[in-house]
Amino acid sequence: MVDAALGVLTRYHLLTALALVGLLAGVAHPLAGRLLRGRVHWSALAIVAGLGLALCGGWRTGGKQGLADLPVFAGLALLGGPMLRDLAIVATAFGVRLEELKGGGLIGGVSLLLGLTVSFAFGGAVAYAWGYRDAASITTIGAGAATYIVGPVTGTAVGADSEVIALAVAAGLVKAILVMVATPWVARWIGLDNPRSAMIFGGLMGTNSGVMAGLAATDPRLVPYGAMTATFYTGLGCLLGPSVYFGIIRWVIG
Amino acid sequence: MAIYGTAILAACLLAGVATGTLLGKALGLDTDVGGVGLAMLLLVLVTDRLRRAGRLGPESQSGISYWSALYIPIVVAMAASQNVRGALSGGMVALVAGSGCVVICLALVGVLSRPGRGKDGTGSGTDG
Repeated sequence: MVDAALGVLTRYHLLTALALVGLLAGVAHPLAGRLLRGRVHWSALAIVAGLGLALCGGWRTGGKQGLADLPVFAGLALLGGPMLRDLAIVATAFGVRLEELKGGGLIGGVSLLLGLTVSFAFGGAVAYAWGYRDAASITTIGAGAATYIVGPVTGTAVGADSEVIALAVAAGLVKAILVMVATPWVARWIGLDNPRSAMIFGGLMGTNSGVMAGLAATDPRLVPYGAMTATFYTGLGCLLGPSVYFGIIRWVIG
Repeated sequence: MAIYGTAILAACLLAGVATGTLLGKALGLDTDVGGVGLAMLLLVLVTDRLRRAGRLGPESQSGISYWSALYIPIVVAMAASQNVRGALSGGMVALVAGSGCVVICLALVGVLSRPGRGKDGTGSGTDG
């Protein structure tokens, strides 16, 4: 009986994922509305619940895809994976006014460069403080502080140890998760309530998953603006990491 | 028909990612540079043009807005498939590097976004 039911849920894994997310939303929505009186957007609660489930999945299976590593919930990796995620993000741009995107071009570029530089500088400084003295390791951990993709790409390019690359990925994951959780709480203090500041936010944070979930939980209307700049961050980081930032860090270390 | 809208959306994403990947290749990278951003620009331009020509009916639009409405559920699914255990098992270096960076950058968002405040008054604290 149970086996047969599990078999169906596993075979139709995308539908299982849709139903599970619907269930999470069904719990989070009234909870945010009634108990918290709308002070927290329901998606913030649902995202935190999702992260909690991902941690349980990781403990249970030892895999890298959170709850999606359990075969029954494999559909979560498809539903929340890059293909459908990007499709939904692009769809949010439907109805956006072009002038608003154009207006943020310069400040978006500035925030991208600033965001990357801060990540490499701070991540590198932390690596140095923990006793890493070679430019390759310092650059790689700095790259991890940018995003969990820039980290391994840069690490591989500059020939860092696999242990250091793993650290860089972990640093990037910490960043992504923290941005998801913290953004709605600090949005008011940092003035994150208009398209322009959302573009700045996307450029400074850069971590795609973090930016998209963080903005969704703050004000879904801001999503396309943040996504617009964040989408350039990882590519730019992979470009500048092994070249410019590695060169600067090697020069600073001496 | 709804499929027209979804097909336009899918085609924009494919074109954007293809361009972003070519751009990456040209820069000597193995990643996509700005593909989603290019796709968003393309979608805004294409739908604007079609709407003006009166060729994007409400049904076609629903093929796009459905995916837009699924955005938050998709993000929740993404959260549930994150490597949270990996993030927590990276040790103190990863925790300090990742979280310190978030704190600094969040503060910088405040610094950079203040001067332009009030200029474009779209959006307030209310959640949609």
